[in-house]
Amino acid sequence: MIRRLPTLINFGAFVAIAIVIALLPRFMGEFRLSQFTFVALYFIALLGLNILTGYNGQISLGHGAFMGIGAYVSALLTLGRPGLELYQLDPPGWLPLGDGMTPVFTIPLAGLVTGLIGLIVGIPALRLAGVSLALATFALAVSLPTIAKRFDQVTGGGGGLSLLLPETPFGWDISTRHWLYYEAWVTAGIMFVFAWMMVRGRLGRAWRSIRDGEVAAASSGVNPALYKTLAFGVSSFYAGVAGALLAIEVAFVNPDTFPVGLSILLLASCVIGGLGALSGTLFGALVLEFLPVYSESPPLIDAEFSNQAPSVVFGALLIIIVFLLPGGFAGLVRKLGMWINRAIARATTRRTAPAPASDS
Amino acid sequence: MADFLQQVVSGLASGAIFASLALALVLIYRSTDVVNFAQGEMATFATYIAWSLMDHGMSYWPAFMLTLVLAFLGGAAIERTLIRPVEHRPEIAIVIVTIGLLIALNGLTGWIWGAQVKAFDSPFPNETWEVGGVVISQQDVGVLVVCLVTVAALWAFFRFTTLGLVMRAVANNPTSSRLVGVRVGLMLAIGWGLASVLGAVAGMMAAPTLFLDPTMMLIVLIYAFAAAVLGGIDSPVGAVVGGLVLGVLINLLGAYVDFVGSELRLPTALFVLLVVLMIRPQGLFGHVAVRRV
Repeated sequence: MIRRLPTLINFGAFVAIAIVIALLPRFMGEFRLSQFTFVALYFIALLGLNILTGYNGQISLGHGAFMGIGAYVSALLTLGRPGLELYQLDPPGWLPLGDGMTPVFTIPLAGLVTGLIGLIVGIPALRLAGVSLALATFALAVSLPTIAKRFDQVTGGGGGLSLLLPETPFGWDISTRHWLYYEAWVTAGIMFVFAWMMVRGRLGRAWRSIRDGEVAAASSGVNPALYKTLAFGVSSFYAGVAGALLAIEVAFVNPDTFPVGLSILLLASCVIGGLGALSGTLFGALVLEFLPVYSESPPLIDAEFSNQAPSVVFGALLIIIVFLLPGGFAGLVRKLGMWINRAIARATTRRTAPAPASDS
Repeated sequence: MADFLQQVVSGLASGAIFASLALALVLIYRSTDVVNFAQGEMATFATYIAWSLMDHGMSYWPAFMLTLVLAFLGGAAIERTLIRPVEHRPEIAIVIVTIGLLIALNGLTGWIWGAQVKAFDSPFPNETWEVGGVVISQQDVGVLVVCLVTVAALWAFFRFTTLGLVMRAVANNPTSSRLVGVRVGLMLAIGWGLASVLGAVAGMMAAPTLFLDPTMMLIVLIYAFAAAVLGGIDSPVGAVVGGLVLGVLINLLGAYVDFVGSELRLPTALFVLLVVLMIRPQGLFGHVAVRRV
């Protein structure tokens, strides 16, 4: 019973968070709701990034670009060839664009396409250990907007692609924003469970062993090339799904939706949430969505800072976390948990121990 | 042919800027074993300081020199306060600190000086020379000369001074250097200071053509990374050669290959880089890393 306690607590926390998320829309307006939809999709992207960076030790500064790819795939499939022709674009004939789809079905497809591209990027990346990989993915993040602008017959160039907000299906009596909120969080829940299963199982063990010592892992029969490429593919799948959700939520994609800054902030919030801890990822997503808002006009104190303030706070927070809390937020929670555990243990031993004899 | 040579010269000018920043990256990589993602933002910050000095009425070259001194102090201070505490932590921790520095410095630059684009004076006349039909802009030549003089001065410093020798020793083997009485920490701080100076030179040379804004050096940083990796991330010669080659290459590709045009220069350069790395992961002048496990 005692040994199962942590698992029970984790499960309880998961259920509690799920209930909070399900009830949240009752207490907020559409704008707030949309912010929490963004939290969901950042959460998905960060799960993927955490698998790659936290569990497999490969730094990616290009996840914003992968989200961008997912968003474009989703937008293109939603519009289909007829939709693009309405925009007077002329995509090459060999692109399998279809005739337009319901947005929600483009989510897994966007994930698959992005995952495939991630695999392709991941293969040369194998030769670029450590920092070179960070550089290569950083370069990808910087070049994606220019590539999107160059192939404007498919992507709509700098003007981007506008979509229609989807309608709530099944005749549900909720607004589109509510529907998109649930859509994003249900997807996030599924993706979290998948990530959790991968990380706990054989795959996760292989990833972690490579992170902690590639040579040792290889000599124990783990194929580093295979598992590292796989981590890249899985991670980009997550980013692609997140990107598709983003495209559906804002009903618009253009090259500047995914600036280099996004890629950098994704990595930063992943570290702030806690590398190698899936639970911290949720905190990272909250930070990524709300820190920019609150550091520009902080609550409680009456002040307005420059719109550059979020960057300064983000950067400083990141450095402080690395200095003081290498495990990020999840590490802090774990430390607190251990501290409480020890306090309880101390209290119970004191109670069972015989009371010291008192003379006076 | 004249047109071709013209493209080569202007390619060399931008290449010299890449080379300076790439050399800064290599300097830090050799001493601290880490790629400094904040190098570009440090350079931008220094360039803004130069702009402020000139805005307060200082003339170009005194402002230039004073900026270099400030950049040196700033770089050394960053090493002492931010990098030293994580020196012995895993590589990923140091990389993340430099990324944090990138984000924070970028925000700080925008906070202090605003996000709007500023014009930055050039010390060189906006005229051209004509040599045998080839039109050469004096701006390009000036940039090339300043960058190469800086690089040469640095080379002479490392090659002919005792301090330079000591710093090379520290980069080579910090433990043994400490055992013979070298103050390794001080040397690392000086290394960061020098790298910051190189970045400042690159920034001030790039600013007249790129115009000054908080993200000015981002693309330059990517090219500098590419140049450093192309030349071999641990090779100073490689960084300089890589920078110049890259500058000429992208200029020629942009001018003569229609498909590339001006938009696809960066992706194409990166693609070339990837291909080189597939064949020679250590870069053109780099050393094959041998690890003991």
